[in-house]
Amino acid sequence: MPSNTNPACGSADHALSRRALLGGMAAAAATGLVRRPALAKSVQGSGKRVLQIFLHGGVSQLETWDPKPGTATGGPFRAIPTSVPGLHISELLPHTALQMHRLGLIRSMTNASDDHGRGQREIFSGRNQPAPLDIPDLGAVVAKTCMPDDFPLPGHVLIRGAGGGPGNASYLGPRYAGVIMEDAKPPAFTDRPEGLSPEADRRRSGLRSRFNDRFASRRRTADTEAYTFSYGQALDLLDQRKVFDVSLESARDQERYGKHEFGRHCLMARRLLEHGVSFVQVNHSNYDTHFENFDFHIEQLGEFDQPFATLVSDLAARGLLEDTLVCVMSEFGRTPRINAGYGRDHWGKSWSVLLGGAGIQPGAVIGATSADGTEVTDRPVDHGHVFHTILQGVGVDSTADFHIGGSDFPIADPAKEPIREMLA
Amino acid sequence: MPDPAPIDPAAAHEIASHKHDRPLVSCAWDPLGKFVLFGSEDSAVHRLGIDGMAAAAFTGAHDSWVRALGFSPDGRFCFSGGYDGRLCQWTLDGEPAPPLRALQAHDGWLRAIAVSPDGTKLATSGNDKLVKLWTIVDGLIAETPTAIGTGHESHVYEVAWKPDGSGLASCDLKGNVKEWSPAGALVRDVGKAEALWKYDEGFRADIGGARAIAFRADGAQLAVGGITAVTNAFAGVGHPGVSVLEWGDGKLATLLEPKEKQQGVCWGIAWHPQGIWVQVAGGGSGGWLRFFKAGEANEFHAVKLPANGRSLALSPDKSKVAVALADGHLKIFSLLPKPA
Repeated sequence: MPSNTNPACGSADHALSRRALLGGMAAAAATGLVRRPALAKSVQGSGKRVLQIFLHGGVSQLETWDPKPGTATGGPFRAIPTSVPGLHISELLPHTALQMHRLGLIRSMTNASDDHGRGQREIFSGRNQPAPLDIPDLGAVVAKTCMPDDFPLPGHVLIRGAGGGPGNASYLGPRYAGVIMEDAKPPAFTDRPEGLSPEADRRRSGLRSRFNDRFASRRRTADTEAYTFSYGQALDLLDQRKVFDVSLESARDQERYGKHEFGRHCLMARRLLEHGVSFVQVNHSNYDTHFENFDFHIEQLGEFDQPFATLVSDLAARGLLEDTLVCVMSEFGRTPRINAGYGRDHWGKSWSVLLGGAGIQPGAVIGATSADGTEVTDRPVDHGHVFHTILQGVGVDSTADFHIGGSDFPIADPAKEPIREMLA
Repeated sequence: MPDPAPIDPAAAHEIASHKHDRPLVSCAWDPLGKFVLFGSEDSAVHRLGIDGMAAAAFTGAHDSWVRALGFSPDGRFCFSGGYDGRLCQWTLDGEPAPPLRALQAHDGWLRAIAVSPDGTKLATSGNDKLVKLWTIVDGLIAETPTAIGTGHESHVYEVAWKPDGSGLASCDLKGNVKEWSPAGALVRDVGKAEALWKYDEGFRADIGGARAIAFRADGAQLAVGGITAVTNAFAGVGHPGVSVLEWGDGKLATLLEPKEKQQGVCWGIAWHPQGIWVQVAGGGSGGWLRFFKAGEANEFHAVKLPANGRSLALSPDKSKVAVALADGHLKIFSLLPKPA
């Protein structure tokens, strides 16, 4: 089972209980598979997608997007120029620096969150302190609004080695819940058993469908609909298994992205986006650097930088970036103050998020922090604003409601709005 | 130099202190015993006069923290290496002047400097996985290295000359120890400080590396310090450990660990000719100065420091120890018996 626990801190809020998850799934199943609102129809099939890179544990804004070299809080790294005149980022991101003309920065994220569990729920759902599983994650919302009805693949895919949220779909139903890919391999159990021929498999599925239809004609429920959908999705996955097989990419591309886990995961993300998957999250773990923040950021961002920059460059070269919104985020940032163990701790007061691609103003820099990075001095925004902005970027009216089971559910936090100057 | 006076670590006591406005990251004692240099979380090399603790700063050459420090044996020059990858040479005494040399020595962090005992060569190491050897000609570092040593597969954290100058040791993030000739050629893989590295599967990251290095005076053993028994990499939960390796076969002779299993990292190790390893550490259990008898795994005496220790240097006469602390203090302790 996926977990959003973070062993560095061990707080109780990190744990998402199995009971809560199962309960939520049951509730989702009971209300899922409902008629799409007319709102989403206008976006469905437009080919819009979202790529979310989640830097699990809380990447340091000072070692990435908002460096403060030469200050007491700045740490040992220098800032380097980027492809956007006047814009500097950390020297730990030399490859990404060359892609910044395709991307935009928000340097004024601020909220009260300094807890991993809460921070993840907020950044994934765009709401303040949502109860676990009450609000669908961004991936589910994007899948619900952007994925065509007849799309044969999951619309919400989470690629990860460790960490990250569960891909909660809540009231949107199981069709939009995250499907987790481990270690850049096709989903588990998608191999047809060796002794089962495709023809025998087809006949077996046909028999199951007839039994199922007969049962459904008399006792159709949301639960049986969910089961039927799950079977159908599994069969689709069998047919589409090669989409998930990174080894089919050229040796050169595997070299360009790197042989390590994050490199393989970024290459898988490219494959999925090319095949039209609406939401792909790549999780990179771990950035919870209470100790030796600088050494760990050298290692982690050393893994992140080249594959991420290569992915952005490839999406642009293949004409996919204009339809793919890219975001790089964490549950919070890290303290400007450097602790006695050369670490940085949790910090929600002033941090950064990167956006780019579909609907985003290239080269935009929104907001600012003080000279020592301890506070936002211009244009404070939070997870709610970012959630709206991402959806607006892919053409979804984030101020509208989902109409599900006779109830209205706001797509995004009604108290927040998009960051309009970030939108193209 | 005459034999050092007998020390009594149990009587160690502070005799001088200097407060800097940033946390310290390094310190070193000049060969003539007149100055202590320190680096801090700024971009300067700071000089303290032992007589009166007057402070001065060498600035304008580094633009990152200075972790590596060294001296010419005659005490005329000092050398600094920074996380900007630069190697600088300065005139030690007098009013601080611009550097005599400022070289881009490594791609990424320059982590360590070691000057050969005869003062003719200087070795550096860094995050580019290289060990570089620089000749000192007419008192100045040559502008290009005379040898570039490859073979390490991770960041090279420390280098140290054998006391007789017959070779050089290096140790990397993963605890791999290599021997290099005085000309900079790779001689052999000596062994591995196994206890000082692990890959944390939960966090998907390496934790470890040599944060301190020192030869025993006779060159028969090499001590490499860092963190061991790590249970949580990103919170730094582990013990300050020192792997004392037999230089001949690279096998572990002794793993030095705190008796009470305090948390932290060994950030400095030095050999005292009275047969004692002197260690400074800092971490979850605070800062400690510890004294280990050769061959014994646990300290026979420890001094609690007011903040995490980040570097250590013995005075040339071995009677005093300087420690650089995370609270910005440079403190000097006498190791001599207190006067009656």
